[in-house]
Amino acid sequence: MQVTSSVRKPLITGGKTVHDVTEDICKQVEGKPSKLWLMAFGISVVTLLIGLVAVVATVWEGIGMWGLNKTVGWAWDITNFVWWVGIGHAGTLISAVLLLFRQKWRMAINRASEAMTIFAVICAAQFPILHMGRPWLGAYWALPLPNTFGSLWVNFNSPLLWDVFAISTYFSVSLVFWYLGLVPDFATIRDRADGIRKKIYGALSLGWDGAAKTWSRYESVSLILAGLATPLVLSVHTIVSFDFATSVIPGWHTTIFPPYFVAGAIFSGFAMVLTLMLVTRAVFKLQDYITIEHIELMNIVIIVTGSIVGIAYITEFFIAWYSGVPAEQYAFYNRMQGPYWWAYWSMMTCNVISPQLFWFKKIRTSIAATFILSIIVNIGMWFERFVIIVTSLHRDFLPSSWAMFYPTIYDAGVYLFTFGLFFTCFFLFAKFFPVINMAEVKSIVKSSSEKTAA
Amino acid sequence: MSDSKKFVLGIFDDEDVLLKAVGKIRGAGVKIHEVYSPFPVHGLDEELGYKRSRLPIAAFMFGALGTTLALVMQIWMLGVDWPMIIGGKNHVALPDFVPVTFELTVLLAAFGMVGTFLVSSDLKPWKDPKLLDIRITDDKHVMAIDLGTNRAVEVASINALLKDSGAVEVNNKDVDE
Repeated sequence: MQVTSSVRKPLITGGKTVHDVTEDICKQVEGKPSKLWLMAFGISVVTLLIGLVAVVATVWEGIGMWGLNKTVGWAWDITNFVWWVGIGHAGTLISAVLLLFRQKWRMAINRASEAMTIFAVICAAQFPILHMGRPWLGAYWALPLPNTFGSLWVNFNSPLLWDVFAISTYFSVSLVFWYLGLVPDFATIRDRADGIRKKIYGALSLGWDGAAKTWSRYESVSLILAGLATPLVLSVHTIVSFDFATSVIPGWHTTIFPPYFVAGAIFSGFAMVLTLMLVTRAVFKLQDYITIEHIELMNIVIIVTGSIVGIAYITEFFIAWYSGVPAEQYAFYNRMQGPYWWAYWSMMTCNVISPQLFWFKKIRTSIAATFILSIIVNIGMWFERFVIIVTSLHRDFLPSSWAMFYPTIYDAGVYLFTFGLFFTCFFLFAKFFPVINMAEVKSIVKSSSEKTAA
Repeated sequence: MSDSKKFVLGIFDDEDVLLKAVGKIRGAGVKIHEVYSPFPVHGLDEELGYKRSRLPIAAFMFGALGTTLALVMQIWMLGVDWPMIIGGKNHVALPDFVPVTFELTVLLAAFGMVGTFLVSSDLKPWKDPKLLDIRITDDKHVMAIDLGTNRAVEVASINALLKDSGAVEVNNKDVDE
């Protein structure tokens, strides 16, 4: 028997039936693209093409097109890489961790957040690949392939190599998890379509027939995948933080990095999910599925992770002072008072102060406020990575080599390219794939719909 | 030779009614061919008497294979084939091998298990699912009873049993093998 809770708010409003779920979600896939969608997609493609100029220039001319110098050898590229990977954490966290915790509110948002994860990781991957300078040789530097230098193998002691394995595993496991979730929904679309659409969605649905035996196996596969993906999510940003933490640069060499990076990743990931969901919800009229309740719950996750990030900043600062190491102390003093003070204080304002506004119920249930704050959080998280990376590098042990980093138009162009790529992929997904997991939402229609809860 | 199977289909629109119906019909000695649903119904596999899936075992085996391959690869490459001193560490610095070992364990476990699932459930892009009722992927649960395996029971009593246990429709369907 389904148990209906009297304290929980309904997760689906508007008295939807199971058939309504099919209709509401399939309508988006089956209808002609709206003007709004065409416009948004058009802008994304144009952004992608403009950015592509910078990408081609970088590959053709070399990394010298960027603003890097001898002192600051890592700047926007790795900042953007970590930022995108961080955003890519929310999807699998929502679908895997919340599945293990049996949080049913994940069902309305897991599909789109997983899609976001996959596209964000693709965007992240552009930066290390482009930073190789000669990406066509990259496979030999990044993967243990037999080669004619010995074979001289890759260095398994290096966190940069761990990153290659972590990110590619994360990407492929997330992709499989996402696709598996799509299979029953593709079957639903297949059975409503005809002609070429039926063929395409039929192939995508792998001949799904909804047999109880298959569902039973499917559920056990989902559970195990969630169990595998949970430590995987945590491992990915832990390993990303090792890129810095295993070095000996003041400001990087700290043991707090792994948990601090993971919390920051979830924080920025949820913010990006909110930004996208609020738009998707409005464009596709999904207010009955992605309710204010969902938005409020996500905002609570943002308060929690935002506060963890805030505490991490303060701890890091305290330990720098308490360590008594002058280089470490100077690195933090320089962050606050040095030439990049504005980046440090933008980070502090956006990440530590702004999410605290969500303590007010009025603000965390307001769509406009949530939308603005979700963007502010992502700006803050970008500055966090910029501060950690650039301010730790630009004033190193020898004052004669101190320098500033100034981005060129190509730095900005490559970043723009990833935005274009991300939104092009996301809009294609939103049009041709079911944006809400129909099969899962149908399973809670009886227990969590407004009609029965009343 | 084309054989045709005769099915009686009980159509249900409520998962709780369906769950009770499965128990009742199996209790009456009727063998259920399969139940088709638009979404996972919890407890349905137990009611139908299906054994717990052994896919977790497959996942564990593939995971163990991943661990082994990762360790063998790293130890052989950096310890045997081309030993190098990196950062003053041992050639085989096991703690450094943990991240890659972990990732490959997860990778093989996930892909191995999903692959096993696709093969065991016969899911493939070129498969025609031959649905017994088109509404299975929309909002109806369909209980299929194969008359061939229920020769001892009369068709009329199966029909009555389905109606009694809450089926909103009872249909007959012949499927060409």
